[in-house]
Amino acid sequence: MQKYSFFKLLQHSLSHHKNWQAAWRNPAPAREYDIVIVGGGGHGLAAAYYLAKKHGVKRIAVIEKGWLGGGNTGRNTTVIRSNYLRDDSARLYEHSLQLWEGLSQELNYNVMFSQRGLLNLAHSHHEMSTLLQRHYAMIENGIESEILNMQQLKKWLPNANLTSSARYPITGAIVQRRGGTARHDAVAWGYARGADALGVDIIQQCEVQDLIVTNNAIKGVETTKGTIKADKVLLCAAGHSGHLTKMAGLELPMVSVPLQAMVSEPMKPCMNTIINDSTVHAYISQSDKGELVIGASNDPYLSYSQRGSWQVNEETLQAILELYPVFSRVKMMRHWAGIVDITPDRSPLMGLTDVKGLYLDGGWGTGGFKATPGAGDLMADTVANDKAHPLVKPFGLDRFTSGRLVDEGAASGVH
Amino acid sequence: MLLINCPFCGAREEHEFHYGGQAHITRPADPEQVDDKAWADYLYYRKNTLGLQAERWQHSFGCGQWFNALRCSQTHQFKAVYKMGDDAPEGLS
Amino acid sequence: MSHANNRLTQGGLIDRQQTINFSFNDKPYTGVAGDTLASALMANGVDLIGRSFKLHRPRGIMSAGVEECSAYVQVGNGARHTTNVSATQIEIYEGLNSRSIHCWPSVEHDVGAMVGAFSRLLPSGFYYKTFMWPAKFWNIYEHAIRGSAGLGKAPEVEDADTYEYRYDHFDLVIVGSGPAGLMAARQAAPSGARILLVEQDFKFGGSLLADTAKIDGQTPLQWVEQSLTELQQFANVTLLPRTTLTGYYDGNFLTALERVTDHLAENVRRRGIARERLWKIRAKQVILATGSIERPLVFGNNDRPGVMLASGARSYINRFGVKPGQKAVLFTNNDTAYQSAIELQQKGVTVAAIVDVRQAPPKALRQQASNHNIPLISGSVVHNVLGKKRVTAVEVAGLSAQNTLTSEQQQIQCDLVIQSGGWTPTVHLFSQAGGKLLYDEAQLCLRPDPASIPQELQSVGACNGHFSLTDALREGAEAAHQALLEAGFQSTQANWPEADESSSCIPQALWRVPVRKQGTKRFVDLHNDVSSSDVELANREGYRSVEHLKRYTATGMGPDQGRTSNINALAILAEEQNSTIPAVGTTRFRPPYTPLSFGAVAGRQVGEFFQVRRKTSLYETHQQAGAVFEPAGLWLRPDYYPLAGENREQAVLRECRAVRQGVGIFDGSSLGKLDIQGPDSLKLLNMLYANGWNTLKPGACRYGVMLKEDGFIFDDGVTACLGENHYHMTTTTGNAETVYSWVEEWLQCEWSDWDVYVTPVTTQWAAVSIAGPNARELLQQVGTDIDLSTEAFAHMQFREGTVAEIPARVFRISFTGEHSYEINVPSSYAPALWNALIKAGANLGIQPFGLEAIHRLRAEKGYIAVGLETDGTVTPFDLGMSWAVGKKKADFLGKRALSLPELTRSGRRQLVGLLTDEPAYVIPEGAQIRLESAGQTRSQGHVSSSYMSATLGRSMAMALLENGLERLGEKVTLHIDGKTVTAQVTKPLFYDEDGGLLNA
Repeated sequence: MQKYSFFKLLQHSLSHHKNWQAAWRNPAPAREYDIVIVGGGGHGLAAAYYLAKKHGVKRIAVIEKGWLGGGNTGRNTTVIRSNYLRDDSARLYEHSLQLWEGLSQELNYNVMFSQRGLLNLAHSHHEMSTLLQRHYAMIENGIESEILNMQQLKKWLPNANLTSSARYPITGAIVQRRGGTARHDAVAWGYARGADALGVDIIQQCEVQDLIVTNNAIKGVETTKGTIKADKVLLCAAGHSGHLTKMAGLELPMVSVPLQAMVSEPMKPCMNTIINDSTVHAYISQSDKGELVIGASNDPYLSYSQRGSWQVNEETLQAILELYPVFSRVKMMRHWAGIVDITPDRSPLMGLTDVKGLYLDGGWGTGGFKATPGAGDLMADTVANDKAHPLVKPFGLDRFTSGRLVDEGAASGVH
Repeated sequence: MLLINCPFCGAREEHEFHYGGQAHITRPADPEQVDDKAWADYLYYRKNTLGLQAERWQHSFGCGQWFNALRCSQTHQFKAVYKMGDDAPEGLS
Repeated sequence: MSHANNRLTQGGLIDRQQTINFSFNDKPYTGVAGDTLASALMANGVDLIGRSFKLHRPRGIMSAGVEECSAYVQVGNGARHTTNVSATQIEIYEGLNSRSIHCWPSVEHDVGAMVGAFSRLLPSGFYYKTFMWPAKFWNIYEHAIRGSAGLGKAPEVEDADTYEYRYDHFDLVIVGSGPAGLMAARQAAPSGARILLVEQDFKFGGSLLADTAKIDGQTPLQWVEQSLTELQQFANVTLLPRTTLTGYYDGNFLTALERVTDHLAENVRRRGIARERLWKIRAKQVILATGSIERPLVFGNNDRPGVMLASGARSYINRFGVKPGQKAVLFTNNDTAYQSAIELQQKGVTVAAIVDVRQAPPKALRQQASNHNIPLISGSVVHNVLGKKRVTAVEVAGLSAQNTLTSEQQQIQCDLVIQSGGWTPTVHLFSQAGGKLLYDEAQLCLRPDPASIPQELQSVGACNGHFSLTDALREGAEAAHQALLEAGFQSTQANWPEADESSSCIPQALWRVPVRKQGTKRFVDLHNDVSSSDVELANREGYRSVEHLKRYTATGMGPDQGRTSNINALAILAEEQNSTIPAVGTTRFRPPYTPLSFGAVAGRQVGEFFQVRRKTSLYETHQQAGAVFEPAGLWLRPDYYPLAGENREQAVLRECRAVRQGVGIFDGSSLGKLDIQGPDSLKLLNMLYANGWNTLKPGACRYGVMLKEDGFIFDDGVTACLGENHYHMTTTTGNAETVYSWVEEWLQCEWSDWDVYVTPVTTQWAAVSIAGPNARELLQQVGTDIDLSTEAFAHMQFREGTVAEIPARVFRISFTGEHSYEINVPSSYAPALWNALIKAGANLGIQPFGLEAIHRLRAEKGYIAVGLETDGTVTPFDLGMSWAVGKKKADFLGKRALSLPELTRSGRRQLVGLLTDEPAYVIPEGAQIRLESAGQTRSQGHVSSSYMSATLGRSMAMALLENGLERLGEKVTLHIDGKTVTAQVTKPLFYDEDGGLLNA
């Protein structure tokens, strides 16, 4: 792998950057692998990377229907946080957040993880109590969190409407300073480059057409590029997990819906933090390029079309203007939708399945991006050992029959 | 933006409606008699159909009536609407 | 101050008599009516408009329309500060002030331009490869990156203007008023169908405004005039200028932005007149006549001010009467731009040469060039542009069959380069609608695939890949004819006039003009400073799909949405892969077509109209009493009623004491209320609530808990039996709608044969509670015909009668633990009732109390609050409320789940009370109770409600604690903000344990 650094950049500039190697190969699939990962998004590539790096698995293929990172990895609002209420969630996302913190160096690829702090805003005493519950739960789980009063908020949100004349006057907030954003595409690319260097075959434009199951054990996948044998298959295909598991006769408790997002025109820095407000339903940050990145809510209906309804944009920007009336003349440059798999408790589906050798990493709903390194690492461990990692265990399918849901409903708000 | 044909009121804008998910899910007649897995199936497992799905909607900001619809989850096109209790029309795709 | 004057003395669609003063970068200038900011600046000889995004290169005006990717400015100040707008789309007005963006201290002397010296270090994606060491410095690097990115400055003052929506339905919407659109409108108008014609420009006519070819023997302008005159006769036709169709959604739903006041002098814009109007349209049929955009060529230093599209130059000279330069060179690979060169020459711009990529341009064109004394250099290219802040010359060389530069070369002095690389149909809306594109090998463009028409729409003319005027007119007429028939109207046969222009556009592909010197920048996307070497680098590094390319290089991701760059980028990528454009893939166009202000999208639902406040009929009464309100969902409810000098805590304690010692009055009107009637009412209650209802007699009330099918508490409340088969159900304020909707869903979808009707009556009835030892006395004093003796009207009973002469339903129920009545009267009577009670209670110590007080009072009594003690994961058993679960009932919603392993396991969190060892200390709500064992710690519960209690004279709390019910008397530890707090576990009941007060 060609190393990336300022010095290398300088060196390559002398040859007009003509000698940079491809960040990953474009191999034809072998006939057989030890492990096949379906889905070349952040999760699948991260799992491949950690399987190769930490578990020494030699023959791994990542199969991607389109282009790597082309699914929800490249369609989300890039927020990273671990400010969860439930212990199981907090541990999972905190594990991920810690991996984020060294990821650029680990991958030698700058994923531009920017820990600028994530604020949750409250507009009433009751909402503040709800936030405090999360705040204290985080602290109990060893995750840092701070309570901000109005005085402090003025510094954090210099051009927000903090007056009492707002429809929902802001009364306080909690902040996770380690929360941040990252360059979403770079995460997929960085893991792809890292995995490729460790020998992982990344096979793009290869669609899985069937899962080969014999005696309730996975034997491989049928693809548009032929049959690929493997005794272990990990499914990491957000938006398509349900469709894929059906090939193995497994139904999943989730529905796929469009989740919308938008960006504004690029502007000079005008927001230095990330805001999550579950009362007015606003989710906003500013990218390094200067665009305001705004998360909207999902449309309620089943869809695979990556097209949402217009009214979601209206509701979203009404909420943004409630917090930031000064942005009224700012322009929305693009809006789009991704398809997310929503589970009944809004927590992911991870772990083993009823088919031997078939593993699942899906159902991430609106929050999968932040889990990328963590889910990759933990699923790698789970697949390598054929045993759910302790942090993965609570997210198994068995929770729907036992009733042990990991319900972040009250705490999640909009993502 | 969906334009939904309420069987009682006619075509109306999407924001007048409330989506109710997959249609024709019947609550077990005697819940105590079904095992935990079957209960979970009833409560949580949905077909998540790629293609034409039977689903239910309520014209909540109109007549208030629930009804069923056949809609394609890829194109968002409605192929039929029909009343609660009726079977889905056949031969559509 | 004198400025260069590039204005022609005659011609163009401008009014030279009507001068308009404006400023650019604080310098005053004069334009004329009909000018855009770009044309006015050009007329004044201003070449340098802004600086580029990454490298801060000087940039000028590159086009005359929506495709502009170079001349971006900001206009207005303060409350009207608008940034990142293209000068080609700003209609000038008296007093317009505009300035360059993204440069400091000035556009002429931009410090950021130093970046240019290091441009070799900054290829696409350079930031992925560096800034990683040392890791902790990233935030410093990032600060610098962020500061140098972005374009204009964000507004800092609240918007002076308002916005509005307009909803409409049309039989036919025609997008674009060029030849195809106007023709379609003329064809359709007589049918009587409701027709909307939208045009983004302030003048109708589209490409005809700069055209010279005759239609029906008329000049294009005459034909446009005639068309408009004709269309204006029809009441069924709406002509909408300054309106951009921005989005095409499912079900032929369209959004269009009408710019209402941006072209008016600020002193005539009035508050109350919306700045922009967002049209939300349902169309039966749509005709897209959105035209096409000329494509630039990719050659050395093709971003210098003075390099522009041939169509742009033609527009300036013909429409705006401005010379875009004095001496021009045309660089083209196709026929269409020859006309522009000739017209420039005719209007006094010297055309020094036509440089045509093709070895043998058509004979007719060669002839024309020669007729106008324009030297033609065929088989050659402009491979480099000289000059920095304005073109000074071009370097021309021959092109070999292998597309390399030959030794034949010359330098041509000029200050203007006009170029044409072919035409790109404007297919954005077609793509947004869900249509697929196909690649036209001959015309080198993506155009709509006729086999994939996604909705009720037709593309006509140039946006359909048919570029000639004749085709545009024919297709417009035919499409209108077709659309009318589809929409159910009569239509006579399609008719269209003859035009004397039917040229085709078959360019010779040359996606990258070779350069002599390695490192010469050839820009693909001027807006984001993406050059061909960036595309090559992306491909070399494996970013081989179009999506990767876009994301790695940022091609097409700027506010201009890549209108001029997309095809060139795709083609270069395909060339690098020895592949084709269809094989590398095309991207889907995302709405909006042009950026939309947040204000326009939000409409009127901002500020005071954002989620309009719900107020009970007592709102003004509370205001007069000095209440401090708190939002509760959409409602505003009194939190407390401070007396002069009191803070919240003092007021709340006083209110609590008033209730415990005298009598308090509380507005509970926002509680959800459902009227339930019909023979199956009882059956319904038994299914909805966990507890049993069979024994509830008319005149009695009962508390019930509702579960979702997952077994967890969803809502609670009191339901009264008003009479046989008639019940009055109450829900929490927050769940009023949800519960109603949930009940309806069950009734209509599952129990449709049940004979029961549910009506939401929340706002029909106001609910005023009086609570306290003096409550009965108060009710007596205010006057009622109800017998209030305990024997006649016990706790949990309901009576109908009059109170203060108002017809009322009186419920003897309590959420405070005190003797209490909830008096329901028709909403409009509530102020009268309230005032009568206040008056009657004066000598009984009556005081209004708010949300905070009632929460403290109910917590003292151990009553749960949905949303505090419950959060969707709590069962009635967890709350010690097994008495509220009818275990003998055959079925109720949630019953099955209560026997799931997780819901019955030991160790679940259960509701307890907590009393801190330090009585004055109030634990914050949400605090966690720590379990320490074997050196590890974890949370074993949390505080759900916590208050200072006036009654107890100390703090108290409720908590959900693992196995809590078995742990009464234990000490637990909490760690709060660095403080260790110990507390004793108690029953969650601190007041009137035996209920004596309630029942008295």
